Amino acid sequence: MRRLILIAVPYLWLLALFLVPFLIVLKISLSDTAIAIPPYTPTLDLAGGWAAFKDFLGQLDMENFVWLTEDDLYWKAYLSSVKIAFFATVLTLVAGYPIAYAMARAAPEWRPTLLMLVILPFWTSFLIRVYAWMGILSNEGLLNGLLLKLGLIAEPLTILNTNAAVYIGIVYTYLPFMILPIYSALEKMDESLLEAAEDLGCSRLQAFWLVTVPLSKQGIIAGCFLVFIPVVGEFVIPSLLGGSGTLMIGKVLFEEFFNNRDWPVASAVAVILLLILIIPIILFQRNEQKQREAEG
Amino acid sequence: MKRFSAFNVVSLTLGFAFLYLPMIILVIYSFNDSKLVTVWAGFSTRWYGELLQNEAFLDAAWVTIRVAVASSTIATVLGTMAAYVLVRAGRFHGRTLFSGMIYAPLVMPEVITGLSLLLLFIGIGLDRGIVTIILAHTTFSMCYVSVVVSSRLVSFDRSLEEAALDLGCTPFAAFRLVTLPIIAPAVISGWLLAFTLSLDDLVIASFTAGPSATTLPIKIFSAVRLGVSPEINALSTIMIGIVTVGVITASLVSKRASVKQQAEEQAAVRAT
Amino acid sequence: MAETVFAPWTDPQQKPLIQFKGVTKRFGDFIAIDNLSQDIYAQEFFALLGPSGCGKTTMMRMLAGFEAPTEGQILIAGQDVARVPPNKRAVNMMFQSYALFPHLTVWDNIAFGLRREGKSKAEIEPRVAEMLRLTRLERFARRKPHQISGGQRQRVALARSLAKAPKLLLLDEPLGALDAKLRQQTQFELMDIQEKTGTTFVIVTHDQEEAMTVASRVAVMDEGRIIQVATPPEIYEQPNSVYVADFIGDVNIIEGVAHPQADGYDILWVEGRQPLHAKSTRSFSNGQRCFLAMRPEKVAIGTEEPETRNKVKGRIIDIAYLGNLSTYHVEVPGGRIIKAQTANTRRLSRRTLTWEDEVWLSWTETAAVMLEE
Repeated sequence: MRRLILIAVPYLWLLALFLVPFLIVLKISLSDTAIAIPPYTPTLDLAGGWAAFKDFLGQLDMENFVWLTEDDLYWKAYLSSVKIAFFATVLTLVAGYPIAYAMARAAPEWRPTLLMLVILPFWTSFLIRVYAWMGILSNEGLLNGLLLKLGLIAEPLTILNTNAAVYIGIVYTYLPFMILPIYSALEKMDESLLEAAEDLGCSRLQAFWLVTVPLSKQGIIAGCFLVFIPVVGEFVIPSLLGGSGTLMIGKVLFEEFFNNRDWPVASAVAVILLLILIIPIILFQRNEQKQREAEG
Repeated sequence: MKRFSAFNVVSLTLGFAFLYLPMIILVIYSFNDSKLVTVWAGFSTRWYGELLQNEAFLDAAWVTIRVAVASSTIATVLGTMAAYVLVRAGRFHGRTLFSGMIYAPLVMPEVITGLSLLLLFIGIGLDRGIVTIILAHTTFSMCYVSVVVSSRLVSFDRSLEEAALDLGCTPFAAFRLVTLPIIAPAVISGWLLAFTLSLDDLVIASFTAGPSATTLPIKIFSAVRLGVSPEINALSTIMIGIVTVGVITASLVSKRASVKQQAEEQAAVRAT
Repeated sequence: MAETVFAPWTDPQQKPLIQFKGVTKRFGDFIAIDNLSQDIYAQEFFALLGPSGCGKTTMMRMLAGFEAPTEGQILIAGQDVARVPPNKRAVNMMFQSYALFPHLTVWDNIAFGLRREGKSKAEIEPRVAEMLRLTRLERFARRKPHQISGGQRQRVALARSLAKAPKLLLLDEPLGALDAKLRQQTQFELMDIQEKTGTTFVIVTHDQEEAMTVASRVAVMDEGRIIQVATPPEIYEQPNSVYVADFIGDVNIIEGVAHPQADGYDILWVEGRQPLHAKSTRSFSNGQRCFLAMRPEKVAIGTEEPETRNKVKGRIIDIAYLGNLSTYHVEVPGGRIIKAQTANTRRLSRRTLTWEDEVWLSWTETAAVMLEE
């Protein structure tokens, strides 16, 4: 009996507030836009019984999905989100790996402090961290001020409200997500492995490529997914740092919903976004599983 | 440190400079007297004063704190239950779906979570306000709590619970007297995580908040959309300060505890 | 002897404290306990001995109430305990990992079970003090488990499980985590405490030496069945099977064919050789296959041909020097190796036998046990 309550309470909560809402999104994505409250048809009338339900099913269609393929705003936004997420992930990896590597090679008594320094920004508001860059990157901002003073540029660079600012923002905010899994993979590595590799004739660089990198592979994979997956649906960074030319699907969805009040299209956008993310999510879970098995 | 080369020093220095300079600049400029945020016009705390006069911000802050306390507390209870189910309940009907629902929200784009919850609240005719934000925040943060707590439970020596049963505890008493005190650190960090996530959330709150309740992130977002403002700098500095003090205190406390424990263990070894 | 020997299992008037009646336990397809029946008497120190996976831990966990039998009955003091949850059983367990509550002091750990019974402070305090005295832990009462040594933790676990004065105490590999010296010392402490408290102990172990030292009876288990239950000397001297003989201590097993004689059996073991001779309490038919089990210390080794009936000539191929003992591995005709053990009462330098030496092995006709399988 106790066991039943223990299972039922969180189970029902998640069913009601996670699964059911998602099914509603799926259903509305198949409905038509209407000028009404709620602004879509058909609405399900349970009082009508089975006949009403069949009628209801008959009114659902793929129209919104067809619309998404026809209007190139959407598929360009999807493409551009994936592209930005991909390049941003690569940049984050390039920036994060040396930091994680240096942390793992630091003296053991320093490691907890370094680790805390990486985690600390994570506890600080995401919004504030993105906002901090607005003052730095704007035309009259600190970066331009500095560059002008040094005489490196003659007139201010436009960085804020471009894709470059979006990349900087992503690398900045997601860097801890990349560093932490790589660090934990590297930290477990036995340093005598590198000595063995050198003893067997590797140069330092070869030892790095042939031993260190393969051993941190799972950390790299985990870090990349932890950056890539959320960045595809990112909203705050493109809204604050991106410009009119920055197309990202999270922003499109948000605007579709709040500005155009087109719920069915917004829902269809959400469904496709999830479909795009399902493959990386599954790959990520599988990587985690493998890691758990390797450790257990 | 044989392998701690100059390269490592450089990457750490650059890395941490990159992570911290923007925030340090933000903090410094919050004490700037000028309205123009990029021109330094002398030290001043006027923006803090103005911030404290701004009732809209104070209201939003109060809403945010209430939401965060309520949602993280409920999420901790539900998440701990869910973790217990995941690790201990064995097989039951629908277990795969259950663990799927625990892990999915962790990687679900926030826009989708927010949208789907909003559609649910409208569908059942629940007025958007503080309650709906709490429900939404509880749902995603309970998943984080359950991940944190279940990773602790996995390494928990099950014979401790059996020993409690053996010594006369009912299963519930065993949980209360043995399991809970031991996993308490994980439960507390789960709560802190849930609390921070709730404080921090903009997207889901934007979907689920109504005109009657606005949270601080929503307020900040709509303000900074128009550009950098010194009041926001001041507000950010306060938030950064609270987090920094909190995290450093927590880590010092846990470090001292572990040093003490080590010393005691060594003393015990010597005593025998 | 004036003292009566403690052997309630030989007395049909005695009622057993624990009865397993046709108990089977399955985990999915795996049979952990296979139709097992066994009685255990009050105040016994009963050892379940076997390799890992033999079902000994499952038996113990069924007694504690953490597992329920799939078939059959378990009676404790005549009562079927199938529906009694672990917290309602007058049985306590000492866990292999000790399972000491890390957030409680030694004192609170010991008092834990008493508090659960709802005893008053006035009852709990003297009882805990008594347990601390029994296990010589008075000085450590206020410490937490991580602040004491492994041997002390072991004693806290014992004190905690004894505090409620259970009818039956279960010990799951209680000394497994201790080093060899401490283990030996603790074995005697355990026996002492068992005697003082008069509690029935059931101990699970894979260490045959430990089982032999502490137990009044040893049950040797394999694949969910009890192969033999007997006192330690019986188990050692009169194993009922090759499995038991091989599991307990070191043994030479010689396969042969039995031929009954007036004064025992002749055993043909290598074609064209003098048969071996042995006496047996078991009867064998003419030409029946049999196994001769013989402890190495009962095999004499020498350079001169002895005047006994059982003697074999061979060559030393290995010597295991253990300090107090030496075991010689002697290759005999047919390529078989027979081990012989001698006590090193003389200094090493004066020892005469060495590798490649031709030696005679010999033993008496009662030294070996004849077994069917």
